[in-house]
Amino acid sequence: MTIATTRTGRQRLTPVAVLRDSQVLVARQLRKTLRRPTYIVFSFVQPVIFVLLFRYIFGGAIDTGETAYVNYLMPGIIVQTAIFGALVTGLGLTEDLGSGVVDRLRSLPIARSAVLLGRTVADLVINVFTLLVMTVVGLLVGFRPGRPIWSLAAAFLLVLAFSFVFSWISAWIGLSVRNPETAQSAGFIWVFPLTFASSAFVPIDGMPGPVRAFAEHNPVTLVVDAVRGLTLGEPAPAVSRVLIWLAALLLVFVPLAVRAFRRA
Amino acid sequence: MHTYTDPIEVDDLVVSYGSVTALNGLSLRIGAGTVIGVLGPNGAGKTTLVKVLSTLLRPTGGTARVMGHDVVRDPLPVRLAIGLAGQYAAVDQELTGRENLEMVGRLHRLPRAEARRRAGEVLERFDLTGAADRRVGTYSGGMRRRLDLAAGLTGRPPVLLLDEPTTGLDPRSRQELWTIVDELRNAGTTVLLTTQYLEEADRLAQRIAVIDSGTVLAEGTPAELKAGIGTDILRVRLREPSTLDAAAPLLADLAAAGTAVVPDRSAGELTIRVSRPDASAEALRRLDGRSLRVAAIQLTQPSLDDVFLSLTGHATAGPAPAEESR
Repeated sequence: MTIATTRTGRQRLTPVAVLRDSQVLVARQLRKTLRRPTYIVFSFVQPVIFVLLFRYIFGGAIDTGETAYVNYLMPGIIVQTAIFGALVTGLGLTEDLGSGVVDRLRSLPIARSAVLLGRTVADLVINVFTLLVMTVVGLLVGFRPGRPIWSLAAAFLLVLAFSFVFSWISAWIGLSVRNPETAQSAGFIWVFPLTFASSAFVPIDGMPGPVRAFAEHNPVTLVVDAVRGLTLGEPAPAVSRVLIWLAALLLVFVPLAVRAFRRA
Repeated sequence: MHTYTDPIEVDDLVVSYGSVTALNGLSLRIGAGTVIGVLGPNGAGKTTLVKVLSTLLRPTGGTARVMGHDVVRDPLPVRLAIGLAGQYAAVDQELTGRENLEMVGRLHRLPRAEARRRAGEVLERFDLTGAADRRVGTYSGGMRRRLDLAAGLTGRPPVLLLDEPTTGLDPRSRQELWTIVDELRNAGTTVLLTTQYLEEADRLAQRIAVIDSGTVLAEGTPAELKAGIGTDILRVRLREPSTLDAAAPLLADLAAAGTAVVPDRSAGELTIRVSRPDASAEALRRLDGRSLRVAAIQLTQPSLDDVFLSLTGHATAGPAPAEESR
């Protein structure tokens, strides 16, 4: 049974039904994304350009001490790619709002959360592929993570969890601004400071006071440092601390996104 | 406990956004298997009504029930009972027609095999079988709109809500859509369709609700609404236009209260708003008695345009706009 009746006589969907609907909507989204090949290519182009730019142009001028710059850089780029991958969530939702597809979905006997879960989970699946490609690109330009495979796998999962959390933040922004162009610019407004004023590309020791203070408390710094710890064995924040951060962000932004979805 | 009566029951519905009132105490009941045309100009509240009935918008006041279920208190069974299609073809461009319908079928809680079978059935009925496995992005505007309507029907809903389904359609697609609505009515589906076009409401609906500024101004069968105006229009064309002035006084007392005989000299024609059912026979008898020869005489019912104009004090939208590019 997929529909239960509550004590007050209302009908509601069982969790099994919500999962089934989410699964149908994940399949829908994956099909849609995979049928836009140019879109997938472009999602790789930008991070690859960043790799080449920092590895071969800026890298020589950045002092990362005993760590080779390419090893320092790749965890940063991979985390940045995860954030860019998450930006797509909000953009896609504003497109669906504009085309009336969201109205159709909301008029169907499904849970509201299934629509958002369908989108965020599908974007997560796409991000698995994007991040695998970025890892291969890293290996090609000389990235040599020196830690055992379980530690590298943990780093990979951590980045995926981070991209999933950012998908919800991006969903909330997209559903609040409701317009694809605005969502795009709004996305870059918060993503650029967040990724560059962090330890992703350069050590934060060299940054001036206020910027450095921001970078030290930036969750991107936290995640990038944790990934460096897991891949390079550098001193790093405890993974549990990062997970608590991510869980807290999820607790704030999932309800915000669902609320914005109800209102949109 | 509310006892179930009509598929759609709307009582004193109010929707306001800030200082704008979109629905202002709208009440409406729609019997099973009826096609009701909700007729009104842009901004009358038609789309807002559809949004409330399809649970997309919470009303500020009043109640709305679909198949006996309150749209606010118990939205799930309402969503199970309705199909929604509108002026925007809400289908996924990157998916094929069949994939779109199978998805909607599954989300309408049909098992996988049943959703597949039902999608094939609906595609056939909407004459889309040939294009079923092509991406919707390659469809024409009319095909997309048909697919949108097909999606609204995939879950076999007893109640169908159509928001301006023919706005922007070319005449042929419009005709096809009308045929489909006729078939649905014959199959017992209750259909609420909004339109700006009187012709469309007259052609499709057994009942018409004229709305403006968020309230129902009049509701009834097209014939009742036309009769409500009270006067038919009698046109008399005389063989000799020079006899117009002699004929007019003879017919003056046939004109309905507050109206007068209107002569059109170039056409040699008199136009009179009449309320007597025997007006044309009486006019002929009188003119014949004075040997004034009549070339043509015609008694017409007022059109829905006349009804609309007399109810709202302004005309409806102009001719259908050309298909918008999307």
